[in-house]
Amino acid sequence: MAVKERIHVPEQPADIRKSNFSEVSLGYTPELAQQEASRCLQCKIPTCVSGCPVGINIPGFIKEIANGNFEKSYRILKSYNYLPAICGRVCPQETQCEGACVLNKISKPINIGALERFAADWAYENKVKHENLVPNTSPQQKITKNKKIAIIGSGPAGLTVASELGKYGYNVDIYEALHEFGGVLTYGIPEFRLPKSIVKKETEDLEALGVRFFKNIPVGYAISVREIIEYYDTIFVGVGAGTPKFMGIPGSELNGVYSANEFLTRINLMKAYKFPEYDTPVRVGKKVVVVGGGNTAMDAARSALRLGADVTIVYRRTEAEMPARKDEIQHAKEEGVKFYTLAVPIRYLGDDLGNLIAIECIRMELGLPDESGRRRPVEIPNSNFIIQADTVIEAIGTQANRFLLSQFPDLKTNKYGYIVTNEFGQTSNPKIFAGGDIVTGSATVISAMGAGKKAVEGIIKFLEEG
Amino acid sequence: MTVEKISNIIKIKRKLSYGVHELWIENSLISKQAKPGQFVIVRTSEKGERIPLTIVDVNGEDLRIVVKAVGKSTYELCALKEKDKLYDVVGPLGKPSEVKHYGNVLVIGGGVGIAAVLPIAKALKNMENRITVIIGSRTAQDLILKDEFTFADKLVLTTDDGSIGYRGTVIDAMKTELGSENYNIIWSIGPALMMKYSSEVAKTYNIPIWVSLNSIMIDGTGMCGGCRTVIKTENLEEIKYVCVDGPEFDGRYVDWDSFIKRLNQYKQQEKLSLEKYLREVGEPTWL
Repeated sequence: MAVKERIHVPEQPADIRKSNFSEVSLGYTPELAQQEASRCLQCKIPTCVSGCPVGINIPGFIKEIANGNFEKSYRILKSYNYLPAICGRVCPQETQCEGACVLNKISKPINIGALERFAADWAYENKVKHENLVPNTSPQQKITKNKKIAIIGSGPAGLTVASELGKYGYNVDIYEALHEFGGVLTYGIPEFRLPKSIVKKETEDLEALGVRFFKNIPVGYAISVREIIEYYDTIFVGVGAGTPKFMGIPGSELNGVYSANEFLTRINLMKAYKFPEYDTPVRVGKKVVVVGGGNTAMDAARSALRLGADVTIVYRRTEAEMPARKDEIQHAKEEGVKFYTLAVPIRYLGDDLGNLIAIECIRMELGLPDESGRRRPVEIPNSNFIIQADTVIEAIGTQANRFLLSQFPDLKTNKYGYIVTNEFGQTSNPKIFAGGDIVTGSATVISAMGAGKKAVEGIIKFLEEG
Repeated sequence: MTVEKISNIIKIKRKLSYGVHELWIENSLISKQAKPGQFVIVRTSEKGERIPLTIVDVNGEDLRIVVKAVGKSTYELCALKEKDKLYDVVGPLGKPSEVKHYGNVLVIGGGVGIAAVLPIAKALKNMENRITVIIGSRTAQDLILKDEFTFADKLVLTTDDGSIGYRGTVIDAMKTELGSENYNIIWSIGPALMMKYSSEVAKTYNIPIWVSLNSIMIDGTGMCGGCRTVIKTENLEEIKYVCVDGPEFDGRYVDWDSFIKRLNQYKQQEKLSLEKYLREVGEPTWL
């Protein structure tokens, strides 16, 4: 039997979307979703499930879409994952579920991400109630309902822990230092990839489970650590990796030199792209250079492009080594982002007022592989050149933020400052669990959610068995 | 745990001078935890900026801030009335001042910075330091809170026009003080240029001087790096985040030129925003 072609997901044309912040991908229509879902072979031993960090019953929810039972499909999804509309959009499916799909051998894999998104969006549009969802795993232990859990940080790890523990009937309080919930989903990932209304919807769904949300609460500052440890039966720390790295080259203090964290926070959390309707501004100028090759670099570049700039990504290796998802690189290119690979900035040049005007770069070539297995970039002597730029955005990763950890001096951390845990997220203080970027260093939304799921097992065991 | 009860209501609002207002805000979490030198970040609306402001005082469930209207967001803050609610208040952020017994301490406040040094001066007095306070402004009308420094062992007032106290700047008075007495440490908070010049003076006398940097900031939790400032000690140049490593630094080591240039980063946008606001609200009679 010949396998049908993978159904293309409709999206905004590149020449239109490059000047708006609306979502690029428009998602499947019900007809297209059913067509794509019917390509699924419904494997007896589904390899896709083993590729999913949260173990969703993928053939199950796809089968319901194929049969037109969209509500049932959504219920299956939501019972495994409280954030399906988010995951459907931002998970790197090509290396997870879709990467493990058997269809890869003969054709293209099922578009699991787009189907997940479809079922969730359909349910939200049709106002499907999600009460009485049962947990998909029944723990061995009996559940003591009066236990209290504090979650610090409302990003993907914290939201996952909250949803699971909430489903079991525990009393869960989430504390967020910022004025909006969602962590990186809110301040980091742009509207055109993940609409904030979706984040808000899926976050608010947790309130139906009795989860309480407290914003503007920096734990360790507004509430003392001692107080929180005494009041709660257990604590989950999911505060993200947090603090941006800078290359630290001369001129880093110039106006117009941003970390991707700041540039994206201004745009996403503070809505600077709507300035002056919103009060927070952002400097863009005519020419923008983004340094880095990850998803964050693509997000920053595509955001700057939408604010009217001519944007170039400068990356020290070649496109093949870029850690960004191929789709994101493709999207950036279609929209007109230029790529300058095998080069790295070595100095920022400014005017008398302290404004960036140009970047001195040096060309690179690839040498022998480094510990990451990627070929190490090596400078080519005397190959310096100058790029004009009004703004440069460094998207070269983050490191452990000491803001919260400085208040938890007893938590054991590794040499990079990340929290040390066992496989169930338990830290050196048995009452405190942790997961996501603050344990692993910067990774993906779904891996933080996977860590959250693991921590839930550990937390339940700790709460019920001591 | 009283997290549910945070109201952020403005309990008292008072005009201290033209364009400078004090607000007492109900937020028991912050009022209970705040220490001198720390700050809060507030927003006035869903579309508002995050505005960092020093915590000037606390009383029971309330905290006190003093705002100077310099742009759209601070004009808006000054326009709020008693019983209004702030949209967001978060804190206390930043490291507290290093309050302990030093001996003889000189405290300098300029303009709205007078409000910021007040809690530090008080706390230093409570640690049995001898406190000399110099506060200054352009005119007598601008010289805020001068009646609240009665605890000081010595209080020196300066105005540019001589309408009260000495005619001159706080820097002039500082030089006079340092020329006549030995000080163990200095605190100096005010406009960036005042902090820069006082730091230069402190350097010539080789006395540590704490300044409180008012960088442009977003999250205030070390997440964005926007407030970064170059700190140059003898042989080391470091980037520090004002929000988490500060806001206080030894002014002798601050790279003032780049700090001041970074304060002007959004000048154009700030102007545009204020003009638009004033077109909408008309004459800001409340200032």
